[in-house]
Formats: sequence, C-alpha cells, structure tokens
Amino acid sequence: MSTILVRGGHLIDPAAGVDALKDVVLKDGRVVDIAAPGRAKVDPDAEIIDAKGLTVAPGLVDIHVHLREPGQGHKETIATGTAAAAAGGFTSVAAMPNTVPTNDSPEITRWMQAPERGASVRVFPIGAATRALKGEVLNDYAALKAAGVVAVTDDGNPILKDSIMREVLINATRNGLSVIQHAEDTRMTGGCSMNAGPTAFRLGLRGMPPEAEYGLVERDIRLVAEISREVSGHKVAHLHVAHTSTAQAVAAVRQARRNGLRVTCEVAPHHFLLTEEHVRDYNTHAKMNPPLRSVADRDAMIQGILDGVVDAIATDHAPHASHEKEVEFERAPNGITGLESALGLSLRWLHHEWKMPLGRVLSLLSAQPAALLGLKGRGTLAVGSFADVVIFDPKAEWVFQAKDSRSKSKNTPFDGWTMQGKVRWTIREGRVVYKANMAQS
Amino acid sequence: MPLKNAPSRVVPLDPAPATALERPSPYSAGSVLSVGNLTLEAVSEILALASLLEREDPLERAKRLAKRRVALLFYESSTRTRTSFELAAKGLGADTTLVSSLSSSIEKGETLKDTGLTLRALGAEAIILRHPSSGAPWLLERETLLPVLNAGDGMHEHPSQALLDLRTMLAHLRPGIETVTAKTLEGITIAITGDILHSRVARSNMLLLPRLGARVILCGPPQLLPEIAAQAGPGIEVERDFVRALAQSQVVMMLRIQAERLAGLQLDLEEYKAGYQLTEALLAAHAPKALAMHPGPIVRGLELTGEVADGPQSLILEQVHHGVAIRMALVLRALTASADEVSA
Repeated sequence: MSTILVRGGHLIDPAAGVDALKDVVLKDGRVVDIAAPGRAKVDPDAEIIDAKGLTVAPGLVDIHVHLREPGQGHKETIATGTAAAAAGGFTSVAAMPNTVPTNDSPEITRWMQAPERGASVRVFPIGAATRALKGEVLNDYAALKAAGVVAVTDDGNPILKDSIMREVLINATRNGLSVIQHAEDTRMTGGCSMNAGPTAFRLGLRGMPPEAEYGLVERDIRLVAEISREVSGHKVAHLHVAHTSTAQAVAAVRQARRNGLRVTCEVAPHHFLLTEEHVRDYNTHAKMNPPLRSVADRDAMIQGILDGVVDAIATDHAPHASHEKEVEFERAPNGITGLESALGLSLRWLHHEWKMPLGRVLSLLSAQPAALLGLKGRGTLAVGSFADVVIFDPKAEWVFQAKDSRSKSKNTPFDGWTMQGKVRWTIREGRVVYKANMAQS
Repeated sequence: MPLKNAPSRVVPLDPAPATALERPSPYSAGSVLSVGNLTLEAVSEILALASLLEREDPLERAKRLAKRRVALLFYESSTRTRTSFELAAKGLGADTTLVSSLSSSIEKGETLKDTGLTLRALGAEAIILRHPSSGAPWLLERETLLPVLNAGDGMHEHPSQALLDLRTMLAHLRPGIETVTAKTLEGITIAITGDILHSRVARSNMLLLPRLGARVILCGPPQLLPEIAAQAGPGIEVERDFVRALAQSQVVMMLRIQAERLAGLQLDLEEYKAGYQLTEALLAAHAPKALAMHPGPIVRGLELTGEVADGPQSLILEQVHHGVAIRMALVLRALTASADEVSA
C-alpha cells in the first residue's frame, strides 16, 4: 500500500490534544508520522494531498446507522450506505441489527463485514440483543462478539421486560459488550406517529408521550445500578441510550453519571435542530422514532451537547425508498437519512452559530463515539492509529441537495439546507474513499 | 449550567417552516386543507359567494362550471358531506365522479398517490377528499398538484363543516353579515361538547371561530377531551362541567361519540349521558335561547335526546342546508382561484 502525505493542513485531533498546522503521513493503513509542516520524511513516490487552508481530522465515527442489508437492498445496501458515509466524512459506522433477517448470528455479522459487500468505510456490526428483536430470548453474545459485533441492541424495538433487560445487561457486561437501548415504552406509543402535546392534538395525530422515552431510560439506569453490585470484578456495565430526544432522558443520564454509573447517550442532528412544528404539513420526512419533540426538549439537546452530558452525535441514518415515504403520514415508516448532512449541520449550528469549539464538535463525531464502543485506533490520528482521515474546508458554505446524495434513499428533511464545512477527502485505512469533485462547486 | 450560546426558543433554521397559522396552500390557491388556509378575507369571500350562488338562477348557475370535472374521493362513509359536495358541483354544471374505497382499485392496494394521479389523468380538475388518516389531503395535493378540498381527514379537520357552521350561526346571530372580521363574533360563546379528541369538526371550529372574536368552550370528560386541547390555539378553554358550559353559551354544538376511533378507550355510556347529554330540561334551565347545533350524524338518545334534535332550538337540518351553498362556493373557488376570476 502506498504512502500518503497530507501536507500543510490544520490538524485537529482532540483525543491526542493536537490543534496545529501539521503534516500527516499515512502508510500501510496506519498513521506513521505527525510532523511540523515540511518536516515529515516520506518516500519520494508518496501521494501528496495538499491540505493548505483545510482542516485535517480523524475520520468521523457514526455509531448509529441502518445499512438495511441483509434483506432491504431497495432502501440501501452496505455499498451505497457506506459510500454516503464516506461522502459525509465518516470512516467508521456501526450498523444496527434490524435487518431482514435480523443480525442474530455470527454468520450475518461476518456476512456484513465481508469484502464482497463493497463497503467504502469500516462497518462495525451491532448484534441483536434478543432473537428477532422480540425482547424475549437472548442471543449468544460470546459468539457474536467473536464474529465482530461491538455492542448489542434491539434498536427499532425496546427491551421492555425488566427481567430480560437485566439479563441482557449482565450477559453483555460479562462479554465486554455495551448495551444500546432504544428507549421507547411501546405500551404508551401504539398507533402514535409524532410527539404528544398541543401540536399533535391540533394535527389530529396520536402522540408519543415523553415519558415513554425517559421512563424506560430511568428504568434502565436503575437496572444498571443494581447489576453493578452483582457483576463482580473489573467489568463495568455500560448502558448507551440511543437517539436521546427528551429533556428528562438527558437529565437522567446526567444524574446516573454523577452517581458513578457508566451510562452514555447520543443525540441525532434532527433532534438538536428540529421540533414537532416541522410536522405541520404532514411531511413524512419529519417522521421518525423517537419523534421530533418540543422546543424545550430540542433546547435541552443543545444544552446537553454544549455542556458535555451528550457523548456523541449519531445520525440514526434510516433510509427508506421514496414510495415508502410517499404515503399518509400515519402509515409512513419512521426515519431519515443523515450521513451526508451530519458534519455540515453540526459545523454550521454547533460551531458557527453556537460557538462550540471546532475540536469539541469533531470529538462528538469521532473520538467520543469511538471510545464509547471501544473501537481501538479509531477516532484519533495519533501515530499508530488507523489511517482514517477526513479533510474538509471548514469555511465553505454549501447547499445540501438530496438528489445528489450517494445513499440509495433521499428521505431527508435537510434538502436545500445550507451546510458549513465541505468534505474534500475521506481516507479510510490509508485509501481515499471519497474525493470531492471540485469542478462542481 | 445556563444555556449561554444556544438560543432558547428560536433556532432560525432554513428553510424555516412558516409559523403563521394562516397561509394559503403552497401548491394551489383554491385548495382548502385546513381552516388555516383561509384568511378572514377569504372566509368573507366564500360566505358572499355562497349567498350569491344560492340566490342565482339554477340554469345560470349551471353554466359556471359546465362540463368541468370534479372528483369525489371518499375513503370513509358519508351522507351529508358527500351528497352536498356532489349537489354543489353538479349545481354549478360540473361533471362529478365518485370514487369510494369499496368499489375501486383502492381495494386492490392502490396508494392514495396513484389514485390521485389516475383521477388527474382522467381529467379531474379538483379532488374532494375524505380520508381516515389525518393529513391525507396534504399528500394528495403534493402529489397531484390539483386543488384539494378536505372533506374530513382522520381526527384532524373538516373545514367545509366549520364554514357551514359559521354561516348557520351568522344567519341567526348576525343576520345579513357576510364580511367577517376579528370582531364579528365578539361576545359569542360556543360550547363544543362531546368527543372532542376524535372530532375533526371540533378542530376546524375551534381554530376558526376564535379568529372572528368568539370564545370557544370545549366540554367533555377527560377521555374524550385532553387538557392540552386548550393549547390548540387562542380563545379556547376547557370546561368539564356541562351545566357551567351551557350557562355561558349562545351556541351549543354537540358531537357524536366516534366509536370507530375509540381505539380501545373504555367509556361508560350511562355515565357519559348523565354528564353530557343535551336534554330539553338542560336547555330550558341553562340555555333557553342558545342555538343547538350538531354536524351529524346524530345518535338520538346518546349525545342529545330526540326531543332536542327535533326541538325549536335545533339548527341541525339548517346546517345541512347551508352545506350546499358553502360547498358550491368552495368548489367554484377551487376551480377558478388560479384564474382569479370569481365574479357575479
């Protein structure tokens, strides 16, 4: 494998504490040197990427995507989903197990990671916590872990029963796996298609109460506290709350951390930017689960991100074919795509508008999610790490066009939105997997 | 830690969703998907047009939309709304075609989008839609780009009903008035009573009437009237006590319990009747001059007694009558709004 010299860029590597002009040398899939500009020693035949005026950062890590394979290739394939990831600056994605069939087994886990899938970026499968995501019978976590899963979840469904969730937490902890919970008490959300409240009432739609989310988060935290006393030795249970959307859920995570528990959470860009008011024209691109919430909830997501309770920005990239979304609001499937808009939205809003330091925004999109799932050598460009790099123009403003998306599906509410920070190169393990066509812009 | 950098309440996002409640449909000026599509000027025009068309010589009237095509697409059963829209369109000379879910390709799994596109390909210039799913008219309009008249969508709205209810009220409370303003119904209180939660009639009325200065009191038990209903818009209050609601009201609008939408909700009907049934005795004692209204279909002996339905205060059949005039105005407007030519 050839050598790449990324020359003259501004390296921001929050995990390594670097924020300076640096040359970065990549060789054989790893970072081999970080040097002051012009000081790196490289082979004469090294490929040179001129990053002058650009930001160089660890490739982004999205710990919550739905790649739809196996089984739903009409929505997305691993090839198309990871191509979208690469275009969005991501070099690692964690793929949810609600495929068809569900990822219950080492065979499917291996199939997803096979070279034949044509993945542009690294795919880390997440295993189904229970068989067929039914919340009843636990899968074989040791076997799943050996095949490469990095966590277990029933995402799309909650693990509702106390006894099962307890068993899931204990077994996952024994196997060194994180448990990701889709916190939705489905006993309170049947037939619902948006957030409960005055807007849902006015629109004549049944609403999901915020309690359905935070009630389950609070229950899970109690279980984590209980089993922490039972699981012996150095193993610590890790609960990760997926797509957090309510103020109370963030508050519960904050409190759990104060109590010394290993509880983390992620927030999706749509939950820190949009509110239930976006449902007003019954636009099915405003339909997702958890739903867009109230202004107060949205503000709590922003606050949680700024003050550090939120550990990661994750997209919950959920592609659906156009015909599936072009139906009555109540019948439409939940979810939107997110891989190609996450960086642009985060930089525009968190960094540019709300003045969050660039390093912190990038940390939420790379170092922290990588650490959260224990993805070694990812989320940093320290020497010896994987050569996963995103190079972007931090000042460039551009307009996101859904039709230009590399994802097979175009179900995004951010079509036509102004983004900040244009990805110029994405490099995964030393290979350029995305290069912006500058002739277009 | 206080939120310093992030703005509370306002994120000036692009493209921002319009926050004003009143705005015409972005696709077709003649569409009425919600009472929110209508400014008070538009309401006034519709009221004036309804009167003009009602008075007009039927043979002259039938020339207005002669041989133009209007489709009625009904996914739910209907007597009043369907018949009056059909009579309205035919009265203007239009050809109408009725597609209902039980006798069409809808049964074979055709989507609303495809049914709408098919109707457009057959020459329909406007579609009148009734559908069990809230918001379905938005989908139909977005996909066909035709003017759509919402004839009732799920639990959401029934704008033509609110307009005919308004015309009925004005005829008694403000006779001769057709140009409505933010003060037209000042001093008038309307008690909407019964199954508010599932009622599209309630929503359209509670969103329209306060804009004319009326006070709307919603009355019913918690299972059928959540407290948040009061936040649906300005000028809306919740009152659990039926007698107190009656005593304040010049108009009492009763609603049917929508058994088909209860979705597992348990309701003791005897208890309900004891608390919320409109009887002659209650009317006489607490609202002897009030107008008694009901969008139909009525269930005699449940939300109101047969005596009230047939009694002197009842405007139920008058409402039905006003429906034809209002719907003539809406259909005419739907087919002519783009050309901006609705003249005497």
